[in-house]
Amino acid sequence: MTPGVQGPVFAARRLSKRFGRTPVLRDVDLELERGRCHVLFGRNGAGKSTLLGVAATLLRPTSGELLYDGVPLSELDSSARARIGLVSHQSFVYADLTVRENLEFYARLYGNARDADELLDWADLSLRQSSTARSLSRGMLQRLAIARALVHEPQLLLLDEPFTGLDAPSAERLSDLLTNVKNAPGRETTILIATHDVERGVALADRVLLMEGGRIVFDATGASVDEVRRLLLKAHTL
Amino acid sequence: MKDVRKELRTKEIVSSMFVFAVLVLLVFNFSLALDETRALELGPGILWTAFIFAGTLGLNRSFAAERENQSLSGLMLAPTDRSAIYFGKLLSNLAFTLLMEAFVLPLFVVFFNLDLWEILPGTDLAWFGVVLLLGTLGYTALGTILAAVAANTTMRDVLLPMLLFSFAIPVVIAASEATRLLFDVDPLSGPRTWIVLLGGCSLSYLAVSWMVFEYVLEE
Repeated sequence: MTPGVQGPVFAARRLSKRFGRTPVLRDVDLELERGRCHVLFGRNGAGKSTLLGVAATLLRPTSGELLYDGVPLSELDSSARARIGLVSHQSFVYADLTVRENLEFYARLYGNARDADELLDWADLSLRQSSTARSLSRGMLQRLAIARALVHEPQLLLLDEPFTGLDAPSAERLSDLLTNVKNAPGRETTILIATHDVERGVALADRVLLMEGGRIVFDATGASVDEVRRLLLKAHTL
Repeated sequence: MKDVRKELRTKEIVSSMFVFAVLVLLVFNFSLALDETRALELGPGILWTAFIFAGTLGLNRSFAAERENQSLSGLMLAPTDRSAIYFGKLLSNLAFTLLMEAFVLPLFVVFFNLDLWEILPGTDLAWFGVVLLLGTLGYTALGTILAAVAANTTMRDVLLPMLLFSFAIPVVIAASEATRLLFDVDPLSGPRTWIVLLGGCSLSYLAVSWMVFEYVLEE
């Protein structure tokens, strides 16, 4: 992925993924617009996590094509992963390393990465930088996970249900952090969030997507909370 | 470095490997009551049994940190060749296993009343070092990739030993035979053939493991 390139940051064309004989993604066509926040809704088992896993290159698609800045994944080398950040159900941090050690470890993995102090301040974890990740609350761990995902300033940030398990103040804090990422001046981070939290998702979204049965069944800008709820209910009763 | 730092903090892997190896030696020592001649004959096999069992314990724990918060996925996201993860894990597993062996070997000598300087004069001691290194390398090279395979299964505690003991037979036999011939004061043949076989097996395991590791991670 290269700066200055126009067009979608990420595109999936007729993307399918099967686990054994079970299809999870079916002919998914998706384009993520540069610098926009895309929010993906869908009930459990719709394929959201799998889609994010494939987009993050953690899972190999069964068929279809993935393009990053218009270049097929098959033509890119491992350095392309430097432009992707993922926040998953699990934090990917090491429980016995401190907050600072975790960030410094991931910064070293990515080479030219952000200063740990800056990230600690941004995630409001400076006071806990010497605490092991094991000792953190769920909310702090999630902030650390996001800081870890942003340590290398990715162009594409993928978040899989980041609000799950958070109390209201922690979720609000996380929402503010994501808004800061979205609105950061001079930085066009493209975001894709999979979430069940309709209010927060719609508040963050420039574009709303709905997934059902491994397919994208709704894709629009400016959808309201009520509209998303209606669509989710409709999908649930089908 | 991350694994070393964690180990310095928790002392989980090396200490448990060491204690387990010592227990294996003690069990053999009490149950067999070997005289000096029999100790030279059976000692190499007992030593490698202790190393293999303790090594398996360490290998089983080697991916525990990555399992806890799915940190392995975090490593897979890094913009490097995924085989680098294999080599990083292999180096830490090798270091921990060699450290355990360095502590266990003197105890083995004491328990079985052996004089290593007398048994391994001149270059034999250096060759023993080579056998230890190659045997440990082969075992940990194979064990690291099998530990990655077993890490995400519910039966990892049983699966790893089952797979590892089966596939590592050539390395274990070659290492213990080479050691037995080095310990033997009047061997019928030298250990060269077994050392060459050991080196070949270890390097083969290393090469194959490196090549398939990325596919193992993704599946």
